Amino acid sequence: MAQLAFRNVTLGYDRHPAVHHLNGEVASGALVAVIGPNGAGKSTLLRGIVGILKPLDGSIHLGGLDSRDIAYLPQSAEIDRSFPISVFDFVSTGLWRDAGLFGGIGKAARDKILRAIASVGLNGFENRSIGTLSGGQMQRVLFARVLLQDARLIVLDEPFNAIDSKTTVDLLALVKQWHGEGRTVFAALHDMEMVRNHFSETLILARGPVAWGATTEVLTPENLMVAMRMCEAFDDSAAACAADDGQSRAA
Amino acid sequence: MIYDALIGPFTEFEFMGRALAAIIALSLAGAPIGVFLMLRRMSLVGDAMAHAILPGAAVGFLLSGLNLFAMTAGGLIAGFAVAILAGVVARSTGLKEDASLATFYLASLALGVTIVSIKGTNIDLLHVLFGNILAMDDQTLLVVAFNATVTLLVLAVIYRPLVIESVDPLFLRTVSRAGGPAHLAFLALVVVNLVNGFQALGTLLAVGLMILPAGIARFWSRDLTAMICIAVVAAAVAGYAGLVLSFQTRVPSGPAIILVAAALYVVSVLFGSVGGLVRQVFPGRHLEA
Repeated sequence: MAQLAFRNVTLGYDRHPAVHHLNGEVASGALVAVIGPNGAGKSTLLRGIVGILKPLDGSIHLGGLDSRDIAYLPQSAEIDRSFPISVFDFVSTGLWRDAGLFGGIGKAARDKILRAIASVGLNGFENRSIGTLSGGQMQRVLFARVLLQDARLIVLDEPFNAIDSKTTVDLLALVKQWHGEGRTVFAALHDMEMVRNHFSETLILARGPVAWGATTEVLTPENLMVAMRMCEAFDDSAAACAADDGQSRAA
Repeated sequence: MIYDALIGPFTEFEFMGRALAAIIALSLAGAPIGVFLMLRRMSLVGDAMAHAILPGAAVGFLLSGLNLFAMTAGGLIAGFAVAILAGVVARSTGLKEDASLATFYLASLALGVTIVSIKGTNIDLLHVLFGNILAMDDQTLLVVAFNATVTLLVLAVIYRPLVIESVDPLFLRTVSRAGGPAHLAFLALVVVNLVNGFQALGTLLAVGLMILPAGIARFWSRDLTAMICIAVVAAAVAGYAGLVLSFQTRVPSGPAIILVAAALYVVSVLFGSVGGLVRQVFPGRHLEA
């Protein structure tokens, strides 16, 4: 059964497509990597999946999930780390589905939060302000929040960027654990070796889809070369896209 | 002697007692709002809004005198009109939002001053621009207290989404649609508290009792709850000391309160435990781990 379905999806900004005419499905429980050069539309696609960005055209189907069944790990740069909030409080926001606007954090919930923090190796950091953490520690905090969200679909935006190898190994183990639990994981990544070794399915994106399928078949030098040749800049004088153009490029 | 100087004025003179009660109400509501304004990098937006709401408050003032209900309603209308117009111009022309807001708030301030000077007297104009907390009557005090109570209740309702939106807005958008309404409610609270501060401090200084205590708190704590508490105490202390200063020296009350707050700010910049200058120069011996 498809957990995610893209029907001729175009996502973008100011009418310019950042992801152009994407078609395809992600099976429930799949472990999918999205790769492509900078500006390929990876983060844009993830924002479309979690509902932050509405498609300019086409539609994204979530297999009956509502927004609370989706956990999103944004790039750290999107977070204001100067805000005076502790690791414990930050991770506790992952309980929004249960607590909402007014729900309290009882003993059971506190234990859950502490367990999530311990699971990412941050015992003793509970009262530290997030502004005092290293990049790798902050990434662990974000993973702890995803753990707490207990979501069916997990969307990760470059989760291993600029972190050391030990942290990468620890966090990758969590991703595999989620996959083992039957959750669907959709991750934008840059490390080809990691994708080759740990992700069974890959989508190569270069504003439009270049290839999508089993990683061993998709990660070919030819496909990567096509992606590398992608034109990153928007064309301000571009004509309106013909509606049927998308069908011809469907994956 | 000390009793006569520091406590006597508030027990002997009803107007001083009312002023102190108003300052406490303004501190309880305005200081937390100021902390969020600062943390959301909107300190100057608060200042601009204080000017932007003048025409609305002025119309309310001219229709009903110093009736805070009329001034609040007028201020809310003018404040939202300016915020929306500035946003529309910024998004439709590519002009930066702060530049757009600066244009609209200046035009709005000019319009407000024009309305008051055409229809009112110079005393009215001075009253609106600089306030006079010592002239506060019981009814106005009740309105100030009511607005402060409403502010705290609404803040309690929007507190959680406001915090999450401040630190990680994308996350909030993925789990809830509360971010937009919370932001709008927060802007409304900014306007309500600015209008609330009109009577005490006037248009030009009303934002001072919100922003200065927040700035003070930033130098003493890294914890949000503690920052809010420190800001409230700092605002109340500045208000109390400003009233005493005004009573003893005949300095106008509004500027006296803000000057005391500014003095507390300077002390915090110098001696604050979080990033204070003295602490940076003499950090103490480093720890083992």
